[in-house]
Amino acid sequence: MTLKRSACIVGAYEHPTRKAPDKTVAQLHAECARGALTDAGLTLQDVDGYFCAGDAPGLGPLSMADYLGLNVRHVDSSDTGGSAYLVHVSHAAQAIAAGKCNVALITLAGRPRTDASSIGTGPRNVTAATPDVAWEAPYAPITVNMYALAAARHMHEYGTTSEQLAWIKVAAAAHAQHNPNAMLRELVTVEDVLNSPMISDPLHKLDCCVVSDGGGALVVARPEIARSLKRPVVNLLGAGETLKGQSSGQVDLTYSGAAVSGRIAFVEAGVTAADIQYASIYDSFTITVLMQLEDLGFCAKGEGGRFVADGNLISGVGKLPFNTDGGGLCNNHPANRGGITKVIEAVRQLRGEAHPKVQVPNCKLALAQGMGGLLGSRHGSATLILERV
Amino acid sequence: MSTTYQDRPLTAPIVDASTDAWWTGAREGVLRIRRCTSCAKVHWYPRPVCPFCMGDTTWEDASGRGEIYSVSVTRRAGPIPYAIAYVRLDEGVTVLTNIVDCDLDELRIGQRVQVCFKIADGGASIPMFAPAGS
Repeated sequence: MTLKRSACIVGAYEHPTRKAPDKTVAQLHAECARGALTDAGLTLQDVDGYFCAGDAPGLGPLSMADYLGLNVRHVDSSDTGGSAYLVHVSHAAQAIAAGKCNVALITLAGRPRTDASSIGTGPRNVTAATPDVAWEAPYAPITVNMYALAAARHMHEYGTTSEQLAWIKVAAAAHAQHNPNAMLRELVTVEDVLNSPMISDPLHKLDCCVVSDGGGALVVARPEIARSLKRPVVNLLGAGETLKGQSSGQVDLTYSGAAVSGRIAFVEAGVTAADIQYASIYDSFTITVLMQLEDLGFCAKGEGGRFVADGNLISGVGKLPFNTDGGGLCNNHPANRGGITKVIEAVRQLRGEAHPKVQVPNCKLALAQGMGGLLGSRHGSATLILERV
Repeated sequence: MSTTYQDRPLTAPIVDASTDAWWTGAREGVLRIRRCTSCAKVHWYPRPVCPFCMGDTTWEDASGRGEIYSVSVTRRAGPIPYAIAYVRLDEGVTVLTNIVDCDLDELRIGQRVQVCFKIADGGASIPMFAPAGS
């Protein structure tokens, strides 16, 4: 079975809020679900598959499907952190191809900004029974330093510089200035990034993503259904997923799971990185982007620093427009999980509905890449390749 | 620039069936690792079932020596800066740890380090590393 053109993304919605003290997490899920179904031209009654991950309150899909009023015959709560929603798109396509559902709804929402919870300098949400915790918690691993360790090693191996990493933030900000919902809309310079406080060497404050409330939803449907709707048809061409850990003590921080998930997705799609016109790249930190670009084959391993410099990721300026909504670095990182917004902006680009200042002309082939968990220890990676018919 | 190491409060570690003997070793000043009785490979973090071949594993004492694979000084996650690191032990496994008892700004990838121990709440010894010869 191949997933190539087996399913379509027919609905996509990003909640406009970035701070929601007046809404519950469940409500945000519902508002996102409504938005995506409205976007698709479908109703609650059309949905027969539901997907959510660890941000969903209660017992995941059990609680949320009941809350949303869904009657489903297929359910999936695979959780790979922020990459889960790209995994869900792939799993939804698999379920559709297997006849297990026709219309799949994927939701994400959270309020980390309001709740001041689990930001990059706080401890991770783990329990004593998590098998790695006893061996690692005494040393205070937190989100930012578990990415910083990968950045430090990349600099050591390949000569990557803080200036090069800063260009990734500069590009994201260049896009975010056009997004009225973005948390950070001010242009930033390389110097601004380098002069921002050092959080964990070599990552500065402006190397980090925003902490925002909000959410998003996607609707994935059978191609026959997609063609009956009024929206442009966005096909899934290829999908890959993997997990990368510490390899039982053979730690290698020079590559990410994108090296595996990307290869799987490109083979399935039958295209190469050179064919991609727009890329959504998970951007929890600047180093996250740089390593995934290398691992996906947009440049050679170790060349990421030179690739991202001088505005090469800025739409209309460089060769590879990325995260034209401003990404997690400037726009939105709802529930501390940026995967769904990566898919949403890729869908906007393919439909020609990105902001005119950042829209890639005649965008027909896009990639969305997600990474969840911790780059420096254990993470999930998922890659989607999408085309507009 | 220099950032002198300062002790920070360490909470009591998690002691359970898989960690108890390791903490006992640490109290005796020994860093222990786990080796498979079937395939003879060492792994990290320690597990009773070998992650390479699913054989049974057993404790052995490590040399306590290694080199820094990567290091980051975390400066804004509390009042006391600390150096988190991966150290590749001479036995061939890479462990997450802290580097202590030095100027944290002088730490470099590739630097030789030696195990040492810091006391947590409740008296447990937490293995950490310091530059060799310091």
